[in-house]
Amino acid sequence: MSALSLIATGVTKEFNRRTIFRDVSISLSRGESLAITGRNGSGKSTLVKVVAGLLSATRGKVEYAVDGIRLDVEDLRHHIGFVSPYLQLYDEFSGNENLELLSKIRSDVRIDAGRIQEVLETVGLWERRLDYVRTYSSGMKQRLKYAFAVLHRPSLLMLDEPTSNLDHDGIAMVKKIVDEQKKHGVLIVATNDAGEAGWCSANIELGKR
Amino acid sequence: MGRLSGTYALIRKDVHSELRTRYALNALLMFVVTAVATILFALRSDQPTSSVLSGLYWVVVFFTAMSGLSRTFVSEEERGTTMTLQLVASPSTVYFAKLLFNTVLTFSMTIAVTILYMTVFSNAFVIKTFSIFAGTVVLGSLGFASASTIIAAIVAKANTRGTLYPVLSFPILIVLLMTVMNATTKSLDGEEFYSALPDFQILIGYFLAMTGGSYLLFEYVWKD
Repeated sequence: MSALSLIATGVTKEFNRRTIFRDVSISLSRGESLAITGRNGSGKSTLVKVVAGLLSATRGKVEYAVDGIRLDVEDLRHHIGFVSPYLQLYDEFSGNENLELLSKIRSDVRIDAGRIQEVLETVGLWERRLDYVRTYSSGMKQRLKYAFAVLHRPSLLMLDEPTSNLDHDGIAMVKKIVDEQKKHGVLIVATNDAGEAGWCSANIELGKR
Repeated sequence: MGRLSGTYALIRKDVHSELRTRYALNALLMFVVTAVATILFALRSDQPTSSVLSGLYWVVVFFTAMSGLSRTFVSEEERGTTMTLQLVASPSTVYFAKLLFNTVLTFSMTIAVTILYMTVFSNAFVIKTFSIFAGTVVLGSLGFASASTIIAAIVAKANTRGTLYPVLSFPILIVLLMTVMNATTKSLDGEEFYSALPDFQILIGYFLAMTGGSYLLFEYVWKD
């Protein structure tokens, strides 16, 4: 796993002149973790998307470096794992097919059948790997999102509401993935849950009144 | 190399997805059959001129394209998989994959309309200069696919998708429509190949300008 660092400076996001958050600055490098907390509507998910390069910031900038070399936002997808309630996988494909197809679209040559088996076993979906995703429960879909997120061993793992729809075993699985990520990469968690925020070494609270 | 393999993988994903869900295929096929049948009933035993027939031919292609081609982006947006694609593919990979997929879909649809047209109007729709017709279908399909792809990407982000697509497409496609109708009339009238060269130049220019402009714009449409 390569050493990724990210620096966000003075990031502001506005939608139709409404300011979601203002002047957020983040600096994270390998082994560090950050919880983003705040009330509903404070912009946690939006900030996570901006940091992941999925949305552009209205003002400010987010920069990434791998092993000290500046990373182009185009290449970021090889280094980011993302789990969120609004992320959906393809219902018309099986869990196994989803992981195969998406790693091929990402042009990730390191992903083979063995790695897919490994992550599906980690998230407890190996037995159901050939079933269409539309037949999965919401908890199983959440587990598959984790398989998709960690498949390429990302340097930066971003979790938005990490344990939604998961049972006790699922939460334990997430904790294991989180602990592993904290050893080798960077972790960002957006949550309202104090327990989940406690997984991280630093905290940013958005929308403080 | 990575971009090319990613583009190829995304096209394969779209083809497999389409074969399983029939999001666009069913809409396209039903529209082709319904539109050609309606024209057949309207014309009855009349003998329409070549310009009327070529006009009606491209009207069918236009509205069929409008009923199906937007699905490439709208289905991703409706299913919430846009972000998944953003996480695994660069905007240029997505653009070229969707453009190629739409090109194949448009070309197949145009071939289907042609076969149906030639069967139904066997006496009136006789292609006398095949080279003009083939060139028009290939270049027209490329132009249609190129314009439809960027419009579909824009429309997918809007709330009123159903009505917005043909409304937004018409002014953009009008140059293309007039040119392909003109060239098709020439092929039905049996004119020489060189007489359609100005039309082909317009069609090639249209495709290049539309694709180049779309490539530059796509990242902004796709991201925010």
